[in-house]
Amino acid sequence: MRALVGDPKVVCAGGFLLLLALVAILAPLVAPHDPLEQDLMLATVPPAGFSGADPAHLLGTDGLGRDVLSRLIFGSRIALTVALVAAAIAALAGTLLGLLAGYFGGIIDALVSRLVEIWMAFPPVLLSILVVAILGSGIHSVIVAIAIIDWTRFARVVRADTMAQAEMDYVTAARTMGFARAAILFGEILPNVTPLLMALVSLEMGIAVIVEAILSFVGLSVSSDTPTWGGMIAEGRQIIHQAWWVFAAPLVALFLTVLAFNQLGEGLRRALDPVMRR
Amino acid sequence: MSPPLLSIAGLRARRRDRSAQPILRDVSLTLAAGEVHGILGESGAGKSTVAKAILGLVPRGIRITDGRILLDGRNLLALDSRSLRRILGAEAALIPQDPSTALNPGRRVGAQLTDGLRLWRGLSAAAADRRALALLEEVQIREPARVMWLYPHELSGGMRQRVLIAAAFALEPKLVIADEPTTALDVTVQKQILRLIRVMQTRHRTAVLFVTHALGVAAQICDTLSLLFMGKVMEQGPAADILLAPRHAYTRALLAANPRHDRPASSPEPIPEPVIAACKAEVAAADRADAEDG
Amino acid sequence: MLAAIVLRRSLMTIVTLFGVAIVVFLLLRVAPGDPIAMMISPGAGPDDVAALRARYGLDAPPLIQFWIWLHGILMGDFGTSISLRLDVLSLLAERLPATLELSGLALALGVFLGGAIAVIATLLRRSFVAGLIDAVNGLLLAVPDFVWALAFVLVLGVLIPVLPLSGRIDPALETTFVTRFYLVENLVSGRLALAGDILRHMAMPSLALALPLAAVIARILKEALAEAMQQDYVLLARVKGFSELRLVLGEALRNAVGPTLALTGVQFTFLIGGTVIVERIFSYPGIGNMAIDAVINRDLPLIQGLVLVFGLMFLVVNLVIDLAVVALNPKLRHG
Repeated sequence: MRALVGDPKVVCAGGFLLLLALVAILAPLVAPHDPLEQDLMLATVPPAGFSGADPAHLLGTDGLGRDVLSRLIFGSRIALTVALVAAAIAALAGTLLGLLAGYFGGIIDALVSRLVEIWMAFPPVLLSILVVAILGSGIHSVIVAIAIIDWTRFARVVRADTMAQAEMDYVTAARTMGFARAAILFGEILPNVTPLLMALVSLEMGIAVIVEAILSFVGLSVSSDTPTWGGMIAEGRQIIHQAWWVFAAPLVALFLTVLAFNQLGEGLRRALDPVMRR
Repeated sequence: MSPPLLSIAGLRARRRDRSAQPILRDVSLTLAAGEVHGILGESGAGKSTVAKAILGLVPRGIRITDGRILLDGRNLLALDSRSLRRILGAEAALIPQDPSTALNPGRRVGAQLTDGLRLWRGLSAAAADRRALALLEEVQIREPARVMWLYPHELSGGMRQRVLIAAAFALEPKLVIADEPTTALDVTVQKQILRLIRVMQTRHRTAVLFVTHALGVAAQICDTLSLLFMGKVMEQGPAADILLAPRHAYTRALLAANPRHDRPASSPEPIPEPVIAACKAEVAAADRADAEDG
Repeated sequence: MLAAIVLRRSLMTIVTLFGVAIVVFLLLRVAPGDPIAMMISPGAGPDDVAALRARYGLDAPPLIQFWIWLHGILMGDFGTSISLRLDVLSLLAERLPATLELSGLALALGVFLGGAIAVIATLLRRSFVAGLIDAVNGLLLAVPDFVWALAFVLVLGVLIPVLPLSGRIDPALETTFVTRFYLVENLVSGRLALAGDILRHMAMPSLALALPLAAVIARILKEALAEAMQQDYVLLARVKGFSELRLVLGEALRNAVGPTLALTGVQFTFLIGGTVIVERIFSYPGIGNMAIDAVINRDLPLIQGLVLVFGLMFLVVNLVIDLAVVALNPKLRHG
């Protein structure tokens, strides 16, 4: 824990994400405007500091005169919801399979390992678009797509870690004391795998944010009347020569969020793993 | 008498960390051209630090604090790295301890034998190949033309050490440093390799600095000896004198621990604790005297 | 040894490919959303819809459809695209060269950049620059191709407009090409001005694709080089008087490349997958861009054809990497 607080990267990343979460939760209170309110008289107003800026629109307005900052704030809700739920489901499924494969070995292990291998053979972006193609667009499909694709990340690492833990004395001790298998698995091994899991979840949330942005950029995520960062980027791309800020603002938000999740995850991995797993 | 080829004077080294523990305590030795000088000591006595200091390879954790290393009159410690590289590359060579790791697994034997010749002697590829073939024959490798095209993993440990010896003598260096060259080999091969080094050394009139922890090995090959204990030279002189009439208690104990020192295979007994204690006291006294001087 | 690896690897991937083809095929058919509904003109009656369904073979049970499709593939008939109403195979043949050139350039760029970063970091490992290189590489590792592509659009395409934002070639340059490999064709035929224009169009997408690969290669190769530099053979080469650059490039690198390639292999296929979104961003006329339209239009025959082509590309890339790993390791080469 002390190692975490002493790591400036982790502190910055964690602080940023905490702030982002707060903003997302309190979006209706913090956002200066209704993100859907159009005002064609005030279209493509540049952000503060540029000539022609309107003090009421800190980050300017888009092609329909909607406030970019407010849309950004409401867009963070989708980004973080998808990140949280998708990462949680992927972690749950992957951990369960990884624990079983790592602890029981044999056929279960062979099955899970082969499945992971096949899964890893296909690149994630293509898979996610394919899954959304099958399930149809929408936020639920996006979440399911991410979970379906990325459970392997958890399964692989948890399996390896469980195998290592199962060799350790405390597990042998628990076994000789006659604990049930499930009790050993969830009571003894899982807590020891958890720190690593937390790091993976943070990294996975960064990936989920990107996948959601990609799918909404392409138009396969939530419907277009809900503001999303990917959707804003796609809209901004259309008018990029007239109003680059509509494109730039969500891009910067996306960049920072992904970087923060990544740095937090890497920092957690460093801090919780003194030996530095590579 | 001509000046010695290699002359080390007052060499001192310390750990770079807070302990600043001395590693070498005023080591001096000379090596005449064509002679074999043995540096004998237990592990941690500083013998390989001496070898590394000559080659400019002292580990980052150790700092040379004082002394000179003269090769043909040039102080190696005062040279910039570029000049040092040029002098060492052309005039010195190393026979390493472990032949299994000292050849590049990704390069053919021939390439590793000829690269130095091409760089420092400016030989053409064909001329360098001819020279390498002759060297391989000289170190008694069968089918040298075939071996040139092999990768190191296709050779046995003894063959690899022969290749490394050939490589060491390839540029006709004035000085070869042999760093425990037989330690990693099994006993039968050890003897052959020792003999080979001696033969090559005599034929090419090369000076060899032979670093070893085994008295038996040193007795077989060295003309002169330096005995190191905790980085301090305890006794120095012609090998025959030291082996037949040791003056220092440490040497006597070492000889007593190796009753059959003509046989490298015999495993030594530990040196008695009182002797070690006395040696440590001697080193400590020398340190105190140094502190008062400086 | 080599042949065995190739055979085993190919067979495994073909089996996987076949499995994926079945699963995708069946899932697409039970999934909601009707491709025909998307293409009919308003006012068409149910009879028209039924006729169209029959025409595209969508009225048979899914397994029968799969059988017909598979039979067609083996005969070289990939079916007809529903949304574009063109032969799938000729659509793929038209678009694939663009994607191959883009991913080829990106792969080369990624390998070169990653290798250069690792070698420079190794040469400067004791200087203050080492930390800076690590920081930059950390950033490259954290940020995916999608974000790089968008950032390039903003910075190099709009704010400082130095590179073209979209397409494969300037439409004002009226030329005809013999093949669909525009870059290769122009380089070979020596029309360097045209090749330059094509390269300028490829610069941003290929760099966006290359950066994540470069970052992974740089990190792993740097570690492998650091380990190799500790080895006795490097020490011996140092005694031979070789320069630091020669130690890294001539002694350490050849032993570090194989393990690095083995560990980064997956990343190469990720790059190819990344072409889907990056081509979209730059309106680059490759199969990735087409894949997104196919999915949006639920163009089943086209999606299936694309899955097969992408699968084949991964197969080839994996195979080439496996072979390279073997070829780079003398111990494996001579078995």
